[in-house]
Amino acid sequence: MTETLELVWTRLMSALLRLLQIVLPDVLFEMFSYTFLVRAVVVGLLVSLCAALLGVSLVLKRYSMIGDGLSHVGFGTLAIATALNAAPLTVSIPVVVAAAFLLLRLSENSKIKGDAAIALISTSSLAIGVVVISLTTGMNTDVCNYMFGSILAMSKDDVTLSVVLAVAVLGLFFLFYNKIFAVTFDENFAKATGVRTGLYNMLIAFLTAITIVLGMRMMGALLISSLIIFPALTSMRLCKKFKSVTVCSAVVSVICFFVGVVISYVEATPTGASVVLVNIAAFLLFWAARLIPWARLGRTPLRLIAERRNVS
Amino acid sequence: MLGCRDASFAYEGDIAVSGLNFEVRGGDYLCVVGENGSGKSTLIKGLLRLKAPRSGSVLTGGGLRPNEIGYLPQQTAAQKDFPASAYEVILSGRLGARGILPFYSKRDKAVAEENIRRLDLGSIRNRCYRELSGGQQQRVLLARALCATRKVLLLDEPAAGLDPVVTRELYRLIETINRETGLTVIMVSHDIRSAVRYASHILHLRKTQVFFGKTEDYLKSETGKAFVDGNCPPGGERYDGNA
Repeated sequence: MTETLELVWTRLMSALLRLLQIVLPDVLFEMFSYTFLVRAVVVGLLVSLCAALLGVSLVLKRYSMIGDGLSHVGFGTLAIATALNAAPLTVSIPVVVAAAFLLLRLSENSKIKGDAAIALISTSSLAIGVVVISLTTGMNTDVCNYMFGSILAMSKDDVTLSVVLAVAVLGLFFLFYNKIFAVTFDENFAKATGVRTGLYNMLIAFLTAITIVLGMRMMGALLISSLIIFPALTSMRLCKKFKSVTVCSAVVSVICFFVGVVISYVEATPTGASVVLVNIAAFLLFWAARLIPWARLGRTPLRLIAERRNVS
Repeated sequence: MLGCRDASFAYEGDIAVSGLNFEVRGGDYLCVVGENGSGKSTLIKGLLRLKAPRSGSVLTGGGLRPNEIGYLPQQTAAQKDFPASAYEVILSGRLGARGILPFYSKRDKAVAEENIRRLDLGSIRNRCYRELSGGQQQRVLLARALCATRKVLLLDEPAAGLDPVVTRELYRLIETINRETGLTVIMVSHDIRSAVRYASHILHLRKTQVFFGKTEDYLKSETGKAFVDGNCPPGGERYDGNA
């Protein structure tokens, strides 16, 4: 069974390669002849898509820092997983999901306010992670890779699991899109009219946790939250509807990731940081476009002229 | 249809409001009045079952299910710059009736269209919510609340932050809806003069229930006279609302 699958996979890949050779410029073709890069890009694109979709809700709910907090928790669990010689994803996912629920609870009803709780948890797990690493392998390049990401981090098994999980996140987001909108816009109203807001908040936290763990090793614990925050903020410069903000941030995120990876390959810069830099560029571009009047109003120039005529 | 029996509500042991005994019937227009911190918003949370009573009970009758109450909440800071079209906001009022089902049905969209027409929102349906004026935003939220209910509408300070002209229009609109569709209206308000003009019943709170009854009786009562004239109520503390 697995052999046939393997065979189908290799056939598919070689067919794809031939196709790519015709279509793509040399740089891209050369890049995609490395299997590990193909894997990394596939996972990265899926993760950046998930992060962008969830990011819209998180940014609007004022939960942006949760992503940052969770990635630090992920750093801690990664360090422990390495020390125990366990598979990193299987250890990280449950712990980070648990942390996400905890953070959500804390920010809802607690004496310690949300932002303080996040800072508390993220610095604690950072400290635990650093101590564990220094006790086992010592402070070396591993730490640097965890912090700032490495494109080499993905093993074959990781890729399969990541793709499955990322597709599940996308599916759940699509199914519960309307509920997520309601919970984001007005939680009290949703709750009063019988929407189970607690459940959907937990769903958002759960999906965020998984997305962060999947993207963390490539983007780095310190940089992964940018995938959540930047695309949402960028598309909010121009888009006026929740649906268009969501679609726009998904597109922006995927494009930025791809451009970032290509730049990092060509210029030999760290992948995570390169993707963030491209995201910053996109943000500035959208922000500047906002200054053009027709873009801000969501009108085409022709319609604007027509409206002026009507007024005068 | 909706009411309280000997109910009291508390936040972490501190009683916010107690001694609540009233019942709203179908088609009534009840105004809840009282000073800041007299327990009005707490009562609304209790009626919506966002907060459990500490003692006594919240009653629902006449086949009213908890998710059939339309609610117009006070706006939060996060909503002021929220990227959503008026239509998206209005349609989200139908979600409570959807249950676990993920997408809106044709009927949901028809109900949304009906309320857009009723509140005359056709011209701004595709505009961005954050770019609307305060009065338009309130009308959009009112349409959303109407999408969620055919029976009871709960309004929490609907006129907060609106100018007098828009406020009057909004009150007239609510009165028309109440009269024409027989929808029960429960409104929390600072604006005592409008309250006694439009409402059929008054519930006056001062940490406890001071008065409940018809508006005519309220205007004759000691509490009512004192409160409407803006003098010191017999209880002691001075009324400092912005009536």
